Amino acid sequence: MVTIYIDNTPYQVKPGKNLLETCLTLGFDLPYFCWHPALGSVGACRQCAIKMYRDADDKSGRLVMSCMEPVSNNQRISIADKTAVDFREGVIEWLMTNHPHDCAVCDEGGACHLQDMTVMTGHTYRRFKFKKRTHVNQDLGPFINHEMNRCIQCYRCVRFYKDYAGGEDLDVFASKSNVYFGRSEPGTLESEFSGNLSEVCPTGVFTDKTLKQHYTRKWDLTMAPSICQHCSLGCNIIAGERYGDLRMIANRYHGEVNGYFICDRGRFGYEFVNAPARVRQTTQLGQPVDEDKAITQISELLKNSKVIGIGSPRASLESNYALKKLVGETNFHKGVSRQEQALMELAVSILNTGPVRALSMKEVEKADAVFILGEDLTNTSPMLALAIRQSVRQQPLHEVNALAVPEWNDAAAREIIQQKKGPLFVATVAETKLDSMATKTFRAAPQDISRLGFAVANLIDPSAPQVSNLHEDERAMSELIAKSLLASERPVIISGTSCQSDSVLKAAANVATALQKRNKNTGIVLTFPESNSVGLALMGGNPLEEAFQKVKSGNTDTVIILENDLYRHSQTTLVDEFLTKCKTVVVVDHSQQATSAKAQWLIPAGTFAEADGTIVNNEGRAQRYFQVYEKMNVKESWRWLTNLGATAGITPMQSWKNIDHITKALAQEEEVFRGIERVSLTSDYRMQDGQRVPRAPHRYSGRTAMLANVTVSEPKPPEDPDSGMSFTMEGTRAMPPSSMIPFFWSPGWNSVQSVNKYQEEVGAALRGGDPGIRLFEASATQSHYFNEVPEKFIAVDSKLWIVPLHHIYGSEELSAKSASVAKRVPLPYLMLNAEDAAKLGLKEGDAIEVAVGGDQLRLPVKVSASLSMGVAGLPAGLPTLSFVELPAWGLVKR
Amino acid sequence: MLTDLEIKEIEHAIKLVPHKKAASVEALKVVQEHRRWVSDESLREVAKLLDMSPEELDSVATFYNMIFRREVGKHVILVCDSISCWVMGYENLRDQLFSRLGIKYGETTSDGRFTILPNCCLGTCDCAPALMIDHDLYRNVTGEQLEGILKRYE
Amino acid sequence: MERPLTEHIRKDGRPLTLKEYEAVGGYQALRKILKMSPKEVQTLVKDSNLRGRGGAGFSTGLKWSFVPLDAPKPKYLITNADEMEPGTFKDRILLECTPHQLIEGMIIAAYAIQADISYVYLRWAYKTAAQAILNAIAEANAAGYLGKNIFGSGYDLEMHLHTGVGRYMCGEETALLNSLEGKRATPRAKPPFPQVSGLFGRPTIVNNVETLCCLPHIINNGAEWFKKLSLTGDAGTKIYGVSGKVKKPGAWELPMGITLRELIEEHAGGMQDGLKFRGALPGGASTDFLVEQHLDVKMDYTSVAAAGSRLGTGTVVVMDDKTCPVGFVENLEHFFAQESCGFCTPCREGLPWVEKILSAIDSGSGTMEDIQLLEHHTKFLGPGNTFCAFAPGAMEPLQSALKYFRNDFEQHIKEKRCPMEHR
Ligand SMILES: Cc1cc2nc3c(=O)[nH]c(=O)nc-3n(C[C@H](O)[C@H](O)[C@H](O)COP(=O)(O)O)c2cc1C
Ligand code: SF4
Ligand code: FES
Repeated sequence: MVTIYIDNTPYQVKPGKNLLETCLTLGFDLPYFCWHPALGSVGACRQCAIKMYRDADDKSGRLVMSCMEPVSNNQRISIADKTAVDFREGVIEWLMTNHPHDCAVCDEGGACHLQDMTVMTGHTYRRFKFKKRTHVNQDLGPFINHEMNRCIQCYRCVRFYKDYAGGEDLDVFASKSNVYFGRSEPGTLESEFSGNLSEVCPTGVFTDKTLKQHYTRKWDLTMAPSICQHCSLGCNIIAGERYGDLRMIANRYHGEVNGYFICDRGRFGYEFVNAPARVRQTTQLGQPVDEDKAITQISELLKNSKVIGIGSPRASLESNYALKKLVGETNFHKGVSRQEQALMELAVSILNTGPVRALSMKEVEKADAVFILGEDLTNTSPMLALAIRQSVRQQPLHEVNALAVPEWNDAAAREIIQQKKGPLFVATVAETKLDSMATKTFRAAPQDISRLGFAVANLIDPSAPQVSNLHEDERAMSELIAKSLLASERPVIISGTSCQSDSVLKAAANVATALQKRNKNTGIVLTFPESNSVGLALMGGNPLEEAFQKVKSGNTDTVIILENDLYRHSQTTLVDEFLTKCKTVVVVDHSQQATSAKAQWLIPAGTFAEADGTIVNNEGRAQRYFQVYEKMNVKESWRWLTNLGATAGITPMQSWKNIDHITKALAQEEEVFRGIERVSLTSDYRMQDGQRVPRAPHRYSGRTAMLANVTVSEPKPPEDPDSGMSFTMEGTRAMPPSSMIPFFWSPGWNSVQSVNKYQEEVGAALRGGDPGIRLFEASATQSHYFNEVPEKFIAVDSKLWIVPLHHIYGSEELSAKSASVAKRVPLPYLMLNAEDAAKLGLKEGDAIEVAVGGDQLRLPVKVSASLSMGVAGLPAGLPTLSFVELPAWGLVKR
Repeated sequence: MLTDLEIKEIEHAIKLVPHKKAASVEALKVVQEHRRWVSDESLREVAKLLDMSPEELDSVATFYNMIFRREVGKHVILVCDSISCWVMGYENLRDQLFSRLGIKYGETTSDGRFTILPNCCLGTCDCAPALMIDHDLYRNVTGEQLEGILKRYE
Repeated sequence: MERPLTEHIRKDGRPLTLKEYEAVGGYQALRKILKMSPKEVQTLVKDSNLRGRGGAGFSTGLKWSFVPLDAPKPKYLITNADEMEPGTFKDRILLECTPHQLIEGMIIAAYAIQADISYVYLRWAYKTAAQAILNAIAEANAAGYLGKNIFGSGYDLEMHLHTGVGRYMCGEETALLNSLEGKRATPRAKPPFPQVSGLFGRPTIVNNVETLCCLPHIINNGAEWFKKLSLTGDAGTKIYGVSGKVKKPGAWELPMGITLRELIEEHAGGMQDGLKFRGALPGGASTDFLVEQHLDVKMDYTSVAAAGSRLGTGTVVVMDDKTCPVGFVENLEHFFAQESCGFCTPCREGLPWVEKILSAIDSGSGTMEDIQLLEHHTKFLGPGNTFCAFAPGAMEPLQSALKYFRNDFEQHIKEKRCPMEHR
């Protein structure tokens, strides 16, 4: 710690940071634009000017940009100095010469960083009396709206999009006062992270187009802290509602998980909540029924027939657990195929019982060597790909440090680093977007990816199993990888379930284990198919196939299916048969889907927006999402199931009145879930003054009028039995506990930039610690190797080894139901190696017929230069493709 | 479509720099030498050769005054409008050019022969006012000389 | 009077060939330094008191000494031949007429910092110079002055010509580096200084053409000789130029420290008939006006600074009494507004505003408050407030015009028209 003097008052601060973040951490309101905590400083906007003095005797000082000046001991600065104050106002005045006065119709209005800074600097009167420059806007696709006239040229958009996220199709054009930020021609922004522009841009140039379509001022939203449901990383989000619709998803800062950003699947996938194909009413054979009647009748079934339950990797711990309690341990099924279940459980056991620590994304950003096995992360776990984009900078940053240039001095650091990148090895089936950053890529069938991994592990630790008859290329590759990993300080091995290969997971585990013996800082990251796959894997239960078997063998006549479309986890014919054979099918889900279409009883479950729940991310972090709003007829699945259980007289369930009781029961019952009740605060939590945390900002408007077309008396707002939050603006205005932040706001800071105020120091943990608890940690005592090295993949004539290929838009069930995301879902195809295609006389776009897993598919061909010979890729999970268990041999019809 | 010669020249430029992108300005110059301006299509092709996106290359191209991203006439007349030429009354010369050719700055004559652009200091201030047409510099230009000069570019 | 830089320039302006250059002692300095250590070369140049002729007047030897000599290759030496400062045309003469002198100077500088790659960053408009330099580089390569193992010294140096694509900012040395890297020519943050992390992240020195051309002579004749060339404390000769309505505009190599009066009255032949001297920019568009009271100021870095301006490039733009000072600065600010790179706010937004105000005043629609606004800008676009030195430079003529020609501004406003003949 060093001492600095701000306006003559001494402060103890951390050295190494810049003065801007230091002042912000100390709580000063210092305006800025071009600086961003994740993007660092470039000194372009000149908004953060302060006075700096040589020593105590220097009375005049000089203006400096606080974002560009490192803290040093005994430094003397002034924020309040008149010249500095005037200059900061002057910067706004300059920006305002061209900024349109369209706040009233601007999407950003009221939550605008530029507005905040304008007020903060006190600029009021316009002296510029000439015409403003204007620009033409571009259509940037379904996610992002463009209004260039509002631009204040802070360069944050391009710095985020290009430099930070590796996007290529957004840039700055022209020069002088005519600089333009956009694409070279109108068209959809290609980056998976484009939505962050709406938060990164300090004004209304880039805004959320989906919000625009049902626009509400951001302060008029009822918001709750939530967790993204669209992959296994569990990014923290804020979800906002008005008039009964979910209207916006924004980032919710989490120091370890997602930092300041989320991906576009997470931001724009929410519209499934508002989709027409929602289940909004309890029905029996398609006819609305009274819900009490339904509960009574179904609970009768529970008493009188053989009932099984099918859980879901996209349902909360509470809901799965309630189902398990309802039907009993042996009758509980995970709702995924035997193969998927085995993969999930294997992956969890590697993290839970293996010797290597599962890393958070923040830790991945800091990794200085990365080896990816089998995962196309940009498409399966996008934010992890973003973390890796930062990790490749770690090694080159040594050079920056050597020149004593602070890492936050972003442009300087990038100029020193130039094109250099730290080690990144991408071993996948097909090309990935990370390839361009990779030291080396490796394209092969999953078997051979696994063999490469085993070979690397063996090179690192000869006691790990050996791989015989490696190809020369593979040997060289494995040597390079082993060498790079060994030479690094914080290596991380990344794999996952998406190529559906247990041997790839095992190989990854071996590499990590071997490396761990040499370097205790080794980390591992595994990704999973769905938002709560990890939670479900920890929950016990049988594979789907057994449920099918139970019905087939007549041991069952009723099935309760929880938030699960079985057609996504098993072959159509099998599911058809199962659903037909079952006497009673009860589906509890929020969205209509193929399985729910065949249900006798359909129970309207709440989505994440209408429900509370806990899910466990890929790192083993249990995180709570909170209900955003009450929706008539809709309840949390666990609430329905608890009601059923209570009515049926199932013992513990009668005493479950809210989510606390369930989490407590779960924590008590299962070792691995110990502590889960502390993921957030209990429902009786109240702020210091005894009040709740308000979900609506105190600026929320029109509450008494919003239902005036229905009734003139303002209805009593619903009470939340599950959390210490109110559904209204009533409550305490102070900063809530970190797990219960429904929105970021601080006096003078109406934009998301107010997040600075919620952190212990800028860019670090939220005050009180980042939320969520990790359920498992590596245990160094249990180090063993997997021994099953797979056989080399050998191409077979007239057959193709078909592996799944994932798509950020389309492969995940719920987001694909969102209208904006649906526009970006690809059409089905079969990807072939160029030579295979040539052999079959096929070119891009031609139709190919393949028989796979009992299905006959006719698909257009996509030709790939990098796919291995004899391997083909089929998009996973597309709404228009039926389920095929992959990888599998496909027989090509000539 | 870029010609083989253009591609060859661009590839040569790439060889001289540590990484492809660093040849971007050179590559744009190559195209402009051959075609007088850089069309969207050319830009895309050059970008491909340099492993750049069109955006990234266009960001560079639109920054510089002497990369033309819109079609220009066969001959580009650059009128020095900086201080020494201003003191020496370049404005008369400019206005004479405008009326003689019937166009203004940024415009091209209908026969596609001339484009007039303003340009900052041509570095021949002791011989102001100055003009540059294509590669030829004209110093101490008087109104009377204009006709004769333009004739050379018929 | 010695004129080391220009004495051998041919009357017809054609460049000296290698042979011709060698015949007048060319490349002797190169042979000499190859026997010296790089540090010795640096010390000699530091002792000579050579100050950078690019405008800032920083000690050349001192600048070199920041390059880590033991840093691995590549290291770069770059000649800044972007010369786009309005009113400036001095480097052009050296580039066109004595390219080998520049090349020899570059080799000396490169050797002194142990650079292995060098560039001439040349302004696009200098077509004749480009050809001259290309030819000279080829000749020097063929003669073994460039390339591998120069004269068996074990020292290698390659040299390339890069012609720009037009942007005043490219002359700012860090923007020049970005431009050479194929990027937008926006300036870079300092630190890190180019001396430690410049082109492609490697140690780099950028020097002006004229600076480099002094080097062979300093090596050949010594530091003391170089100092003595000058009439004042700032060493050497200087290529001065005069443009505007004088009888004989032109450029001349003269001892550093000659007075402005001598320059205008003797070398430029005085004002054109019927015109009086009203003021002058002593060294290009981004220097403060000097006026009549300054005519006896010695044209060196120290003295011009003491008179409230900067020597800059040493090429004087003269303003006569029939030329409107408001129009004059309007022209300058138009240039600056157009050439701003658009990176930092004050420059990007402030300059067009200044230009618009000047244009309003000039055309008779200005107000007295406008003068305050202009003054506001001269303060707020000052050094340190903007990202690089471009905008502070742009404010220099404006702030001094407001000081010396305030009446003209006020007259425009009061009379609601330009009272001058010229505009
Ligand atoms: C906006 C701007 C434009 C400049 N243009 C030039 C130029 O055209 N030529 C030049 O030699 N220096 C120019 N300079 C100065 C250079 O940045 C740099 O100081 C100089 O090239 C160093 O060379 P020297 O030490 O030999 O003077 C410019 C500086 C600024 C701020
Ligand atoms: S568009 Fe937004 S983020 Fe980009 S430069 Fe303009 S104000 Fe900044
Ligand atoms: S925030 Fe410091 S200059 Fe922009």
